[in-house]
Amino acid sequence: MTSKNPQKQTFEESLLRLEELVTKLEQGEVPLEDSIKMYEEGLTLSKACITKLTQAELKLKKLSKDIDGNFQFLDQEAE
Amino acid sequence: MTLEPLALTVTEITRRIKHSLESSFTSLVIQGEISNFKRHTSGHIYFTLKDEGAQLSAVVWRSRAHALTFQAEDGMKVVITGRLTLYEVRGAYQIEVSSIRLAGIGELQVAFEYLKRKLAAEGLFDPEHKKPLPYYPERIGIITSPTGAVLHDMLNILRRRFPAIEVIFRPATMQGAGAANDIVNGIDDLNRVGGIDVMIVGRGGGSIEDLWAFNDERVARAIFNSEVPVVSAVGHEIDFTIADFVADLRAPTPSAAAELVVRDRNAVLANVRDYWYTIHETMTTMLIHRKKHVRHLLQTYSFNKPIDLLRQYSQRVDELDRGLSSAMSHRLALLHSSSQSLHHRIAALDPALVLKRGYTMVLRGNEVVGSATELDTGDKIEIKFSDGVVPSKIL
Repeated sequence: MTSKNPQKQTFEESLLRLEELVTKLEQGEVPLEDSIKMYEEGLTLSKACITKLTQAELKLKKLSKDIDGNFQFLDQEAE
Repeated sequence: MTLEPLALTVTEITRRIKHSLESSFTSLVIQGEISNFKRHTSGHIYFTLKDEGAQLSAVVWRSRAHALTFQAEDGMKVVITGRLTLYEVRGAYQIEVSSIRLAGIGELQVAFEYLKRKLAAEGLFDPEHKKPLPYYPERIGIITSPTGAVLHDMLNILRRRFPAIEVIFRPATMQGAGAANDIVNGIDDLNRVGGIDVMIVGRGGGSIEDLWAFNDERVARAIFNSEVPVVSAVGHEIDFTIADFVADLRAPTPSAAAELVVRDRNAVLANVRDYWYTIHETMTTMLIHRKKHVRHLLQTYSFNKPIDLLRQYSQRVDELDRGLSSAMSHRLALLHSSSQSLHHRIAALDPALVLKRGYTMVLRGNEVVGSATELDTGDKIEIKFSDGVVPSKIL
């Protein structure tokens, strides 16, 4: 698994990558320079995850179809 | 002459019989065993109801086909309600079925057991078909009634547990005619719309009739065929439906389904913070270790050996130097003292000193005369004193 832009990764991918980094760093077999890069990536990822978890609000959309049968998402106020 | 009675046409007598029959047997409840069960492509259902002594043709018109809430088959003991009709073209009478139920135990229960056995035999409930649920779904589909508290309850739980999600709500009728169809279409919609990680199909509790759509074979197959993992969430905990068996995960209630599809945000947060801490700690520890290691290396014998050697050499050089200089000075001192004694000795040999003590020196020409035998009478000599020379002549 290679590192991607944290913005484009799904939350699950970010977390998996984070777990991977932690495991590798804990095993301690990574050369120092690589581990510094991994350290920086890990900090960025964990920050992105925390931001997503603490700031996001549930979005509710109602699925309906227009007259041509195409899907439409109607924003719905949370009840 | 007797008049022959007026002959009736076949049609006339058949009409009379039909009228008599249909007006006499308008509301019948008959029990018997199904045989020759056939569902025609037209949608009408034909079978024969029989017992040990007789048989009776039966028809279920397409418009009433939904009255058959179970998968009927030959040999089943049923109780049907309906009325007798006469099919003039064939001169055959039959019972037109308005409802049909299994004899004995509750018909829905039997229908349920029947479908359950059938789908189990087909492997629809097999664990290997269960799709794993994503750990962190970002888009969750919900199929439920637009009215009632179910959606509201689920949203509350989702919002509390893991609000970083998008919910796509597909309203559907959850009971009565058309419910099964609507649910099947809903599952299909949520599969086609794309990007849905998991869906919940659910409704609140109710009677077995209210929940019946979830025991519909079409709903079961739609769940089975869904690419998106399906969580069934029907009624209260004691209600098991066919949908529950075929779903990838069965939740006892809609609220429980909401709990099951997302992690608890606080737990995930704690996890992420743990990761962060671990990464930080590991890195710090690693750096400390490296520093220690470097320091240790600096202090090791082998690393320091060259320096040590150098020091030893330098010490040796110093020693040698010291030795050398002391040897030299000793030597010089020796030389010095020996040269001094030589000097003294040489100085002691200075003839001037002897002359000063009163001795004289006899010279002939420039040579010192050391012996009396060297002199003859008449030789001219010089007698040297310490303070001067006196010319003399041997007598």
